[in-house]
Amino acid sequence: MLQLDQLRTEIHSSQGIVVAVDGVSLAIQPGETFALVGESGSGKSVTALSISRLLPDNACIAAGDVRLDDASLADLPESEMRAYRGGRIAMIFQEPATSLNAVMSVGRQLVEAITTHTELRGAAARAKAVDWLKRVGIAEPERRIDSYPFQLSGGQKQRVMIAMALATEPALLIADEPTTALDVTVQKQILDLLLDLQRERGMAMLLITHDLGVVSQVADRVGIMYAGELVELGSKAAFFSKPLHPYATRLLGALPDVDKRGHLLEAIAGSVPPLYQAFDGCRFAPRCYSATARCRGEIPPMYEMGGGHGVRCFAYAPEAAVPLVLPPLRDIGAGRAAKQLGDKALLTVENLRVRFPIRSGLLQRVSGHVDAVHEVSFSLRPGETLALVGESGSGKTTTGKAILQLLRGTAVVDGQAMLGDIDLMRAGKAELKRARRQMQIIFQDPFGSLNPRMRVGEILAEGIQSLRPELDLAERRRRVDALLEQVSLPQSALTRFPHEFSGGQRQRIAIARALAVEPSLIVCDEPTSALDVSVQAQILNLLKELQQQLGVAYLFITHNIGVVEYLADRIAVMQAGRIVETGESASLLTAPQHAYTRTLLAAVPRVVVGEVDAEVLLPA
Amino acid sequence: MKIVVLWTDWVVLLVLLGTLTYGWKVMRQPHLAVTWRKAFNTATGTSAATVLAVFLVIGLLDSLHYRPAIAGKADAYATETRSVLDDILHQQQTGRERSYSAPLAYQGYEKEATVIDGQATRAYLRLQHGGAHLDQPEQQWAADVLLRTVAGVGLGLLLAAAATALVVLLLARKRRQGLGMAWRSLRRGQVGFPLRAVLLTLTVLAVLAGVMTMLATAYHVLGTDRVGNDLLYVVLKSIRTALVIGTMSTLVTMPIAVGLGICAGYLRGWVDEAIQYVYTVINSIPYVLLIAAVVLILMVFIDNHPDLFPTSAERTDARLFFLCIILGMTSWTELCRLIRGEVIKLREAEYIQAAQAFGVGTWRILSVHLLPNVMHLILISMVINFSGLVLAEAVLSYVGIGVDPSMQSFGTLINTARLELSREPTIWWTLATAFTFMFSLVLSANLFSDAIRDAFDPRATHK
Repeated sequence: MLQLDQLRTEIHSSQGIVVAVDGVSLAIQPGETFALVGESGSGKSVTALSISRLLPDNACIAAGDVRLDDASLADLPESEMRAYRGGRIAMIFQEPATSLNAVMSVGRQLVEAITTHTELRGAAARAKAVDWLKRVGIAEPERRIDSYPFQLSGGQKQRVMIAMALATEPALLIADEPTTALDVTVQKQILDLLLDLQRERGMAMLLITHDLGVVSQVADRVGIMYAGELVELGSKAAFFSKPLHPYATRLLGALPDVDKRGHLLEAIAGSVPPLYQAFDGCRFAPRCYSATARCRGEIPPMYEMGGGHGVRCFAYAPEAAVPLVLPPLRDIGAGRAAKQLGDKALLTVENLRVRFPIRSGLLQRVSGHVDAVHEVSFSLRPGETLALVGESGSGKTTTGKAILQLLRGTAVVDGQAMLGDIDLMRAGKAELKRARRQMQIIFQDPFGSLNPRMRVGEILAEGIQSLRPELDLAERRRRVDALLEQVSLPQSALTRFPHEFSGGQRQRIAIARALAVEPSLIVCDEPTSALDVSVQAQILNLLKELQQQLGVAYLFITHNIGVVEYLADRIAVMQAGRIVETGESASLLTAPQHAYTRTLLAAVPRVVVGEVDAEVLLPA
Repeated sequence: MKIVVLWTDWVVLLVLLGTLTYGWKVMRQPHLAVTWRKAFNTATGTSAATVLAVFLVIGLLDSLHYRPAIAGKADAYATETRSVLDDILHQQQTGRERSYSAPLAYQGYEKEATVIDGQATRAYLRLQHGGAHLDQPEQQWAADVLLRTVAGVGLGLLLAAAATALVVLLLARKRRQGLGMAWRSLRRGQVGFPLRAVLLTLTVLAVLAGVMTMLATAYHVLGTDRVGNDLLYVVLKSIRTALVIGTMSTLVTMPIAVGLGICAGYLRGWVDEAIQYVYTVINSIPYVLLIAAVVLILMVFIDNHPDLFPTSAERTDARLFFLCIILGMTSWTELCRLIRGEVIKLREAEYIQAAQAFGVGTWRILSVHLLPNVMHLILISMVINFSGLVLAEAVLSYVGIGVDPSMQSFGTLINTARLELSREPTIWWTLATAFTFMFSLVLSANLFSDAIRDAFDPRATHK
């Protein structure tokens, strides 16, 4: 039904012409779900935008064709394209919060979509809208239709978006990261809903995602994109039972999970090549273990492996195939057994309670409090990793910040937190300074956590300067140099600005900054959520190695269960500001006691690689 | 000769010094250099900057003041304070007529009482300076004006050609190419920097200046005002007033707005309440009233302390100086609110929290982490404010509370034009002159600020 033929999309940027999508050919049948997977910058979103012709002004389809049934979308005039967009092709975007107009009720937006693309008008259109809201699983649709977007939760907004997209009965639905901004439990509901509706309507779906777990849950066929090219294409069963392309296998190896605990993750060294250059060989060759002179000097074609399974790699060439070299299994050194945990607790938190004041009235008096964290208690030993797991709004970040005393002045914090012999909640200025030398934080967003106007050298030296004023300039220099070494960044980084680094490198800088004062505890607030899988693997490896060398304890705040399984020694599950369950990592994951923990774990989409029946992959 | 540095001259010199220092700093900081290069990378931006630069040079020439020595006396100087621009425009300054005359006229605009052949009568009299070299003006005037115009165009083109040749030469040397190659790439606009647009702007300006110069030696190019002053001279002198008001008021605005804005945004609590209270109050006072009150107080002060201001130039300058200060004191609220909002957003940024986790002091967070990150806002609003303040001066002088009436400014020009427009026949050239010059100044400042905003605003689309 949808057919892309050698699609090539160019973006004109200040660096030159960026070929964001290069020679992508694929076909989607009615009723099929095709998942386009890739890391950021691989060109998957640009592919979707090319299909619906919603490219930015500086981008254009340079060659190739997009065919929907008999029409060639690439050549249609804009006025005719508008009938296709929304009518035959519908789109859902990542961020439901910004996809809806905040000053129009959802009903009006839904009715607008219906009247634009169908014959229904007035009361009939409204009835249809109510009907759709019911079908996407919104309770009390008659009442909810007059709600404004701010009155709905993120999941509900995404449901409304789906209703709007499907209300016009499209033949093709393009879903660009539809669940990335949502919690796992909501993600599961949304994916189930999409699958149900698709089955019911027999429509085709192009799912764009970076999450291989989601792919294994919903896709029929999979396309892996790397640096603007499709490198592997095949059915889900075939792909997950035996991924062929070296990039695909290593991407799967980079996914953290419980089985990989003993050794380091498969971090794909290097980075995606910039796309404004011309390529003479395989684009993955610089990062590939199997790469030979042929890979570097000749562009590999897509080899057909039977059953619609194609791969762009010389290892599968009919003659003179390049031998595949397996990546070495990297051991974590002494292994997990050697991990030394002290007996004495490093950090003990008892009955921590955080309330944010609500101010109202003329004089902004405190009229009440919002409780963000209720009576949270836990303890952490030196060298241990405690994962604080929960969905957004469960109070895990607030807990971390309260312990770091970053909420002083903005929230009311009760309870007790002892770091060694320092009572954090009651610490004065000098004591707090002493405590800050022992605990540091790594943030989620590597782009927001480094001051864009400071050089890396200044960023790293700032903590030492502030907390260790007794050290002189030479000593400070020496330490900063050593820090760069620890996180494997070159010395030349010192005089550069953060924007010159990639996301993974920035996160290394942030880690180095936290290590600068030699803390014994680091609060890691979702340190890998903003990163691609392969970069996430690099950072997780680094964190694991640093713990091994320095014996630093981590309070690891995350919503990613895979990361928790891989890294955590103990787990505390948070829901609505309370810890509902705590336990050793192994026992909690295999035998969860609390109902919420069970729901949470069940909702996580899993990737199972190996020779297994495709049916087993689907979670019950 | 005694060099005189008026208060506003100090400001002009300091601003120049500050700009040069900033430029030097920009060259050394790659990320700043890149953004600035982006600002100068559009044809509109650079052309506007070129026009603005011409205005700046005129303003600067008018800021180099001195008092000439009185001939034959040691250590005694004339009471009149002159500027370098006055010397350049000596002919225009001294070539005063009796009253109004139209642009390029050789006789007065109105009939004057005179005695012809012993009979008292009213007639159009020849001007004393404009077209005084013509014997039979009726026949010679048109040819003379045409000839001078052509010569002026030629002169301008010659200058422009010389500038282009110089650029080509430099380009060829820098790129190690032949002259022909360099010229071709310049003509096709393939030099990375919109040099072509700059040269075109310069050509237009040179032609205009050439024509003006050729005509100005014999005529009043833009006519004369009620007391016979050459308008070209008056309007060129007005440029400095506008520039001083624009830059100096901004300079007064900035520290207040930035300091209070950052403190309010970061410290919150009662500091925020207090600062918000202050700017809300200031905002609700009609600023014309506030300025009128201050200017009146100031005039009384100047009148009561003649010993502090020995020359009239110093008196008018002091009034200009304080006008700038009071304009600055009343116009900081908008920038302050803007910066407060930005800082409230930034204080939640993770790098600020990381600094807090390191126990970095409040002062250091304000100055090292927050200030550089709102700098682009400051810069953008500074250049946008500039034109607003130039216009504000015009309004204030029109109302009569602006600069000293004896000081040339766009506002006083427009104020006099008000009465002239209601005359019959209409005196249109005062308003036209003031309008044209002010329009070009403000428009080029606005276009340039647009280019800067596009380069510095992270939300602007980068194509």
